[in-house]
Amino acid sequence: MIAEIGLAALWLAAALALLQLVLAFTGLKGNKPDLLAAVRPAAVAQGVLTAIAFAALVTLFLRSDMSVLLVATNSHSAKPWLYKFAGTWGNHEGSMLLWVTVMGVAGAAVALFERALRRDTHMATLGGQAAISLGFYAFLLFSSNPFARIAPAPADGQGLNPLLQDPGLAFHPPTLYLGYVGLSVAFSFAIGALLTRQVDAAFARAMRPWVLAAWVMLTLGITAGSYWAYYELGWGGWWFWDPVENASLMPWLAATALLHSVTVLATRDALRAWTVMLAVIAFSMSMVGTFLVRSGILTSVHAFAVDPERGSFILGLLALYIGGALALFGWRIGAVREGAPFELVSRETMLVINNLLLTVILGMVLIGTLYPLMTEAFGHKVSVGAPYFDRIAGPIALALMIAMAVGPMVRWRRDNARVVTKRLVIPFLIALSLSASLSVLAWGRIGILPFLGLVIAGAVGVASLAPLWKRNLRRTPLFTYGMVIAHLGCAVSLGGMASDSAFTVEKLVAARPGDMIQTAGWQLRFVQIQPIAGDNWTALQADMEVRRGGAPVMIHPQSRFFASPPTTTSEAALLTRWNGQLYVVLGEEVEGGRWQLRIWWKPFVTLIWFGGILIALGGALALLGRERRGWLMKWRAKAAMA
Amino acid sequence: MRKLLIWLPLGLFLGFIALFASGLFQPDDRVIHSRLVGQPLPAFMLPAAASDRPPLASAQMATGQPRLLNIFASWCVPCAAEAPQLLALKQAGVPIDAIAIRDARPDVDAFLARYGNPYARIGLDARSAVQIALGSSGVPETFIVDGKGRIAYQHIGDIRADDVPMILEKLRAAQ
Repeated sequence: MIAEIGLAALWLAAALALLQLVLAFTGLKGNKPDLLAAVRPAAVAQGVLTAIAFAALVTLFLRSDMSVLLVATNSHSAKPWLYKFAGTWGNHEGSMLLWVTVMGVAGAAVALFERALRRDTHMATLGGQAAISLGFYAFLLFSSNPFARIAPAPADGQGLNPLLQDPGLAFHPPTLYLGYVGLSVAFSFAIGALLTRQVDAAFARAMRPWVLAAWVMLTLGITAGSYWAYYELGWGGWWFWDPVENASLMPWLAATALLHSVTVLATRDALRAWTVMLAVIAFSMSMVGTFLVRSGILTSVHAFAVDPERGSFILGLLALYIGGALALFGWRIGAVREGAPFELVSRETMLVINNLLLTVILGMVLIGTLYPLMTEAFGHKVSVGAPYFDRIAGPIALALMIAMAVGPMVRWRRDNARVVTKRLVIPFLIALSLSASLSVLAWGRIGILPFLGLVIAGAVGVASLAPLWKRNLRRTPLFTYGMVIAHLGCAVSLGGMASDSAFTVEKLVAARPGDMIQTAGWQLRFVQIQPIAGDNWTALQADMEVRRGGAPVMIHPQSRFFASPPTTTSEAALLTRWNGQLYVVLGEEVEGGRWQLRIWWKPFVTLIWFGGILIALGGALALLGRERRGWLMKWRAKAAMA
Repeated sequence: MRKLLIWLPLGLFLGFIALFASGLFQPDDRVIHSRLVGQPLPAFMLPAAASDRPPLASAQMATGQPRLLNIFASWCVPCAAEAPQLLALKQAGVPIDAIAIRDARPDVDAFLARYGNPYARIGLDARSAVQIALGSSGVPETFIVDGKGRIAYQHIGDIRADDVPMILEKLRAAQ
């Protein structure tokens, strides 16, 4: 029954999306306010229906209803409830349902809360949102129905991929999808603005909070995903340039560029066409990423259901939506007047540099990700790995960091080059002293990129605080704090990355219980190895007593065996200290009762994710600050009227 | 100029779509094509690996008619599984030479006594040096060498019974 309710809700939502699309465009075309009046309720109802469909699927998973094919193939009754819950989106159909749910709920939010946008643009935006939703409903209903039944129902399910049986799965995909799919709102805004020819500062101010919200979620999702890969895969790395990781990074790069260009448009009414273009590109990157992952066109560690029929379906959607948006852009943008001009030395120029660098990185990542496809089209099979991405994206990212530090010190419209240079003296001195001391301490031991990374992280970290210099801290607006914290977060994260690649100590040993291992100032005593059992797994667990001066601490790296489906995962033991992490992985048993142990000491590695959280926090503060200012102004206006 | 720029994104995107479509509808190619096909054999001179067979040098492979060069080892289980197919090929009149990888003479003798000996010459590659030069990544592998001593085909893995006609066909083509 529950499955049928979910399916019915999904069909109804699809029908409403069609209605919303038709109402919005016939209403706008014939200027019929009574038709337009029904658009917002349709969007809200659609949001509610998708939420009902999603809740139905979650319920089916929680109740382990094995008569539903998706539950039977991806769940197991012996699983802890958290993984039954999170297992809802740990598969192709469920994650696509999460996708349309986020899209539906975001559309409802635009209908309910968007007040700043001109009415006709608002209606066109909702029409655009309905148009994209419609394609994804069709995809779900025709080729990926999550509610399909199976008869006879199996006695129990096949279980969830054990790599996904981790609390991270409960958090990482939903936040990532909120960001990923939240960008569809920016896309619809761009469509709306192009249709009504309203590409101006007011439009940018209306779009900005939606972009910010999606970007904050995307940042959190990527940060969580990176940490999850770091501790769950047991390879000690935190970013693998896997196609799926790139698929989440590319929308983030585009959204970051959009976030900055939309500010230029909102503040100075410049960069009109470019901002609209970025709004289209950001969500296009989300869709391209989904296509790459779901079609099986590229091989990846995130193996999802691979199916050429689904691949062709998504390719059709891509061609329709992205192609349509770009055609609309070409057709309409010529009519948009050029925005306000600006001087060479100005905040606008710095933001253009930011946008250019971000776009170049985006292009490089896109080319690297698609390289296997391109060479295959010419008869070779070549893929590019992490060295390409590190070497290409690394230097540009460092340049981007410098631009990020300088940007906020330059005034809008026009500034004096000499004065700007003076403001840069302190960060420059910090960079100099850092490079001098690093050269003395670690010359020849660290590579050029980590070296530059550490120096730039230090200098940029200090420089990012500059906008607060000599200001009344209590009267500084919240969004300025947001920017400062987000920029500081970038520096902190960079510091963590550079420190990890410069100073990590790795040791691979084969040890017997009772052995003593020394590495990087740590003493590890291998006490014993013992079997333990969990809810739906058994494990061999190493008990190790570790100390660095001070009192000893016990850590327990495990090798876990899951019965259904039969798989082994390694659970790394992590010991976090203020200045780094000890990371221990238990490997195979080798001859003579010895066990392989891989031990890393990673100085300041946690800064990577701490920085990510700071970036998201900065975004959230900026969002709150802008919105609160809007409410305050409205309240004051009302008070003045009274 | 501005007009061109406006339509550039759509043009680029259509290119990507064409690329995606070609990638999506291209059948998966599961065969690994050797880069050494068409190249002469790397030069080698190996000591004898078995008591009753002469040693093998690359110069001896260019005999005017195509030959098989089988890479095997006495410690390799799939090699034992492919032995009947090699015997069948020998029955069909195909000359076969072999290189034993990381092996020892008594072991090779025992292996040949047990599974049959289809080989004319067997060289011993104790350190896998020739194997690496041949671009072979494991045992067993089989190369077809044409009459001029050039590699015509590389078969990765054991030769199954249903591969035999294909191998014979390739040998005819290499004439």
